[in-house]
Amino acid sequence: MVGKSSLSRKIFVFFNTIFMLLMITVSLYPLWYVFCASFSNAAKYMAHRGLLLWPIEWTWAAYEHAFEHPLILPSYLNTIFVVVVGTCLSILFSTIAAYFLSRKNVPFKRPIALLMTFTMYFSGGLVPFYFTIKTLNMDNSLWVLIIPSMLTMYNILVMRGGFDGIPDSLEDAANIDGAGHITTLFRIMFPLVLPTIAVVTLYYGVTYWNAWFNASIFIDDRKKYPLQLVLRQILISGNTNDMTLAADAGSKLALQETIKHAVSVIATVPILCLYPFLQRYFVKGVMVGAVKG
Amino acid sequence: MLNTTARPDVNLRAAKELERKRLKSRLKRNASLYLLVAPVIIWFIVFSYIPMTGIVMAFKDYAPARGIFGSPFVGLKHFEMFFGSYYFGRLLRNTLTLSISYMVTSFPAAILFALLINEIGNLTFKKTVQTITYMPHFISMVVLCGMVREFIAPNGIVNDLIAAFGGERADLLSVPSAFPPIYVLSGLWQQMGWNSIIYLAALQGVDQELYESAYLDGAGKLRQTISITIPCIMPTIVIMFILGLGGIMNVGYEKIILLYNPTIYETADIISSFVYRKGLFDMQYSFSTAVGLFNSLTTCVLVITANTITRKLDSSMGLW
Repeated sequence: MVGKSSLSRKIFVFFNTIFMLLMITVSLYPLWYVFCASFSNAAKYMAHRGLLLWPIEWTWAAYEHAFEHPLILPSYLNTIFVVVVGTCLSILFSTIAAYFLSRKNVPFKRPIALLMTFTMYFSGGLVPFYFTIKTLNMDNSLWVLIIPSMLTMYNILVMRGGFDGIPDSLEDAANIDGAGHITTLFRIMFPLVLPTIAVVTLYYGVTYWNAWFNASIFIDDRKKYPLQLVLRQILISGNTNDMTLAADAGSKLALQETIKHAVSVIATVPILCLYPFLQRYFVKGVMVGAVKG
Repeated sequence: MLNTTARPDVNLRAAKELERKRLKSRLKRNASLYLLVAPVIIWFIVFSYIPMTGIVMAFKDYAPARGIFGSPFVGLKHFEMFFGSYYFGRLLRNTLTLSISYMVTSFPAAILFALLINEIGNLTFKKTVQTITYMPHFISMVVLCGMVREFIAPNGIVNDLIAAFGGERADLLSVPSAFPPIYVLSGLWQQMGWNSIIYLAALQGVDQELYESAYLDGAGKLRQTISITIPCIMPTIVIMFILGLGGIMNVGYEKIILLYNPTIYETADIISSFVYRKGLFDMQYSFSTAVGLFNSLTTCVLVITANTITRKLDSSMGLW
């Protein structure tokens, strides 16, 4: 970019850098606080006031107690199942839907596209959705966390953007060589839209990992709880009784606090470790052109 | 030639026949495509359109024992009940207060943040800022609300700061006037970095030559931003604005139901959380379906209106 380093420019750059450092601190500090608190001595942490810059007397106690919770490990496995199976299904069917929407000269494409896009602007609402799931007898199974949230129109449109970016000549060549739709899609197109698929995989994966609402209304069996629902019990309803049976009342109260931070860390670290690797694809995933139907 | 003028009906029939054959061959050629997309269509029908038929509950007195079709029609009774109730004004006010105050802060904040990130010269620093400010977006709503609760609890860090500056400690989640700022600030913290991505993407598309010629014409940085950058990313800004306006009545219930409690319903209860409570806990199915329908319809009308106005102003802009 052009622009010589005038004094006013230098002053701007200085303040901009300060501002960005401030933004980094603001974004990071709450997470750092939770991290430090989870490794702190419970009693000392409770007595501590103000900012926390480092764990107070490093200890794994909160984590040991967290894993004593009878639901943490099973729910972790449930969540992994939902994320893995759900993301695979989501990607498969979103790819198909996006490929369909990017085809030209296909009879009935417009009405089918309209049928899909309309759902972005209007829905039946919570209660009719609830009854639909109940009628289908899908409740109380891990599949209720996967199937109803399998497709997101926004993600399909992002993926269609990826397909639209592939030159028609390539598809024509495939056609002349006698490739049908299945070969064209999975053998030729799929490898070319991998960057877009990477972004959409992240979107779906994070959504499945973080979802709790459908589980809260459709799943009664505690063995089938996903991680986030167990977290809600612990963080929001403050129910840590399952974990601190052994401790006496005073330390129990203190331990409850650090356990809350520990489970937050357990539930968040996997995703925070994953997303920076996909960051360079983010811009692709949010192109407005893709959203504009 | 003679045939064409003398027997137009025969020709027309032939043309139609040809058309039908073409369509048939195109259908045949795409058979595997329809087969592939069939599950997707079925999914949309089952999970989006079948629930839409449930809207009929809003006009009935639904009782599970009688089924949707066996329940008596009551017309607009539930809508009248909702509009006439004490809740209507409060829910509408809270929904609009929360969404508008979030929008007027987050919308310019994301644009400004993107413009400032764009000015960072050092690429490593730029990437670090982005990675770290996107981070909160990936935290789950449950964990976010857990953190908010911890931080603003009477012995939490926010109250420590209030006390350090000589204020009174308070359980901020039972103070009605504290809820809107809590809602907005936690949302800004979580989404501001992420929301800036779309503008950064638009900024990448700005033709660099424009800056060069502006520079040659003697335009400074600020002038360049006002005269080149902003107009170039205007279509993106407009689309995001329409989307924002469309969402103004459509505030999600997840964060609300994780944070609120009856003492602050006065400022925290919104239409969608009300539907959730009435529909799934108080089992007022028909009534809550009616309230939900009111919400979906207003959202739909808002999006269409915003889009129409934008297209009137500039036909190249807008969502469709």
